Amino acid sequence: MTKRKLHFSLCGNLKESYEEELTIFETDFGRLWLCIGIVILLGVIPFICSSYWLYILNTIGIYAIAAIGLNLLIGYTGLISLGHGAFFGVGAYAAAILTTRAGIPFLAALPLAGVITAGVGMIFGIPSIRLKHLYLTIATLAGQFIIEYVLVQWEGLTGGAEGIPVSNTSVFGIGFNSDRSFYYLIFCSFIFLTWVMVNVLRTRFGRAFIAVRDNDRAAEGMGIPIFKYKLLSFGISSFYAGYAGALFAGYMMAITPEPFNMFLSIEFIAMIIIGGLGSVSGAVFGTVFIVSLSEVLSIVTEFLMNVGPTTGFAVTIAPLREFVFGLSIVLFIIFEPKGLAEIWRIVRSSFRLWPFSY
Amino acid sequence: MSRQNKLLINNISVVYSDVIQVLRGVSLAIKEGQIVSLVGSNGAGKTTTLKAISGLLKPENGKVTEGSIEFQDKSIQNLSPEEITRKGIIQVLEGRQEFKYLTVEENLRVGTATRWGRSYQKDLELVYDLFPALARRRKTLAGFCSGGELQMLVIGRAMMAHPDLLLLDEPSLGLAPLLVREIFRIIKKINQEQNTTILLVEQNTNMALQIAHYGYVMENGKIVLEGEAEYLKENPDVKEFYLGTSMTGDNKSYHDLKSYKRRKRWL
Amino acid sequence: MEFFLHLLVNGISLGFLYALSALGFVMIYKSSSVLNFAHGELLAMGAFLFLTLTAWAELPIILSFALTLTGCFLLGFIVERFFLRPLIGEDLIQVIMLTVGLAAMFRGLLLFIFGGDIHKYPEFLPPELSIKLDLIQIPSVYVATFIIGLLFLLLFGFFFKYSSQGIYMRSVADNQPAALSLGVHVRRVFALSWAIAGLVAAMSGIVLGIINGINVHELSSIGLKVFPVVILGGLDSISGAIVGGVIIGLLETFTGGYLSTSLREIIPYIVLVFILMVKPYGLFGLKEIERV
Repeated sequence: MTKRKLHFSLCGNLKESYEEELTIFETDFGRLWLCIGIVILLGVIPFICSSYWLYILNTIGIYAIAAIGLNLLIGYTGLISLGHGAFFGVGAYAAAILTTRAGIPFLAALPLAGVITAGVGMIFGIPSIRLKHLYLTIATLAGQFIIEYVLVQWEGLTGGAEGIPVSNTSVFGIGFNSDRSFYYLIFCSFIFLTWVMVNVLRTRFGRAFIAVRDNDRAAEGMGIPIFKYKLLSFGISSFYAGYAGALFAGYMMAITPEPFNMFLSIEFIAMIIIGGLGSVSGAVFGTVFIVSLSEVLSIVTEFLMNVGPTTGFAVTIAPLREFVFGLSIVLFIIFEPKGLAEIWRIVRSSFRLWPFSY
Repeated sequence: MSRQNKLLINNISVVYSDVIQVLRGVSLAIKEGQIVSLVGSNGAGKTTTLKAISGLLKPENGKVTEGSIEFQDKSIQNLSPEEITRKGIIQVLEGRQEFKYLTVEENLRVGTATRWGRSYQKDLELVYDLFPALARRRKTLAGFCSGGELQMLVIGRAMMAHPDLLLLDEPSLGLAPLLVREIFRIIKKINQEQNTTILLVEQNTNMALQIAHYGYVMENGKIVLEGEAEYLKENPDVKEFYLGTSMTGDNKSYHDLKSYKRRKRWL
Repeated sequence: MEFFLHLLVNGISLGFLYALSALGFVMIYKSSSVLNFAHGELLAMGAFLFLTLTAWAELPIILSFALTLTGCFLLGFIVERFFLRPLIGEDLIQVIMLTVGLAAMFRGLLLFIFGGDIHKYPEFLPPELSIKLDLIQIPSVYVATFIIGLLFLLLFGFFFKYSSQGIYMRSVADNQPAALSLGVHVRRVFALSWAIAGLVAAMSGIVLGIINGINVHELSSIGLKVFPVVILGGLDSISGAIVGGVIIGLLETFTGGYLSTSLREIIPYIVLVFILMVKPYGLFGLKEIERV
């Protein structure tokens, strides 16, 4: 029996082979921490948290899935999409329509909704054959508005502004109707999809995406079919958005077109920018930040609303929520343009190198 | 030769992003009205030296940490590029950085930025006189010009600013030998007719030493050799490493070629 | 026929309004390649400043007009100085997101101060400005829009094409390091372009306010309407902005008039996607010159 050699961290970034460059965990400590993290996430948190906290964690989980997907498109492939709010909505509506009208169980509708959204995303990715940079960004903006319009106007299918319920039939005795059961569904999906993403990124595909981002003409010269990869990136990233949207729909029980507006698209981009472009963990950090920020802001306004003498005042300061949201994005971009992932990296490496930081 | 020093670089060090030291103690002196060549291999720090002079280190997060740069006896290190260009130092960037979407004439007009508001018609004529090829294409977008035309364009553009000191970064990059000769002829002409002092960074050591008065050889962020151009051309090390001709002459067999071991041992 | 003419006139003046709004946007894009998502909010800032000065401080129209323009000129300058300058050299997406953040800040601030209701300016345009063609009456606001729009667009067209300062601005957008090496004052160019954009935005904000009333949400949504306009015309072309504006204006009024009002808001984007498929750089935009 061969004994497995444990790896500990080195004092520096010393890669000696390509295999090392490709590993997910540099050390066995990393692996250990991840296992501990997953055990806490699935085994401890759902039992000690109140349903309010579970609600917040669930929201974070849902948005994080979409943000990880968007990060593939923006951070790794370099295509800016302003339509992910709408793609998220497409997933939500696909799930709702599949469950209520076609009677498909919710668990099966989840990946199906993802696939449908991937299709829609790829349709809006088609302009990337010829469009570049800002022009493409604006084409996706148009996509956002067009999808929003369809969701509101196609009343026969989507129920229009009234919205549509999501039926949530149980399969094999597993029903999803409590915060805790959704917690498991969301975070198991989250862990699985993150694992897929991390592994996609370290294969041929991931390297091709990065090559397209850094210089698409050179990538083409190297024999990478750039259009195929751009479309694939749109597809995968919309799949994540659609899957997350379907989870959202199931969790909310009924949906209206309202939440899937341009502001949601912007929130998604804010998440990955604040987290750090081109980093999977960054997308998660950014989601945690944005969701907590908007939660804190609404708690503050609600608190002021309920305290007698400030009620009138609270109504007038409600718009300041938006102000603070904008301000935090602005400050983040000015002071830490590489995002939370960079801060995390610095903190980690200063621990790793301690006490010999040079 | 008691010409005045136009530019005096005294023992400068340049550090990028606070960690990467590129220049370690470089000293140069450029005399008024001369062409001075700075030669060396890739990554020796030639371009960084030019950028240290013209102030273009700043946007790249580089800084002159030690030493001083004096232009006409006034210290200019770490000033902003706007101030330095207004003192009369203009750098022609490596690799023909033309303005793609501006016509040739508009490109030339950007050269008047340091003396905005004054008439430029005469300078345009002067540049078209130096480079007749440009006159024919004055209304063309620069993005559609050939490499040779672009090199002429960027040199002409710099001339529009009436530079006292012109910093040329690899004007021969990617040009056919005939064109290289043409460009160097014009550089010489600019130096003689306009009395512009020129600091020329080149890989093409042969051409550079032909038109220069004085030369410096850089390696690893240091000046390793300097002297009159005539002296450098005859120097055995320069001959061997930069000019590609051996000490003994033409018939050289590979048996004798052990000299690579001597590389990096100038001092 | 009368209905048709009515729509035509409405469409064209709406188009000029869009073109005027797009002008400030193009200004910033031309000098710094930044897509300004806060443009609608800049319009709103101008409109509300004018409202404060005329309706609340009751200053004379001309004086408050001048003060508004100066104020927004300064506002643009300040925005550039404190928010955009630290980002010089960062990725474009960071800068774009920064303008998104700024937009949220401005919108929040305006809603906080003025609320979400529609406000109105006091009547001040002379009624003699209105023109009567044989079938329809063109209201004086539209005539004023038309005149102001044309004036500004010509002014800026000439500025960019022929003046030295305009050429410097274009050179910065084209190749920043090269512009720096020639002594173009890049920071001044950025500051100036934001300041002028602020001024033009205030101008169009006021005109929009006269026509539709002043409302934060409405004005900031015009900021997004600017995208199809400038993309149709090509992001960096001023004459393109006019054509794009008029096309979008006509499309909107005719769709609203003949097809359905709900389609009206969305039709510019649908057309936009189709045009981009056929002509990726808009109708008048510079084709990207790529050399490797």
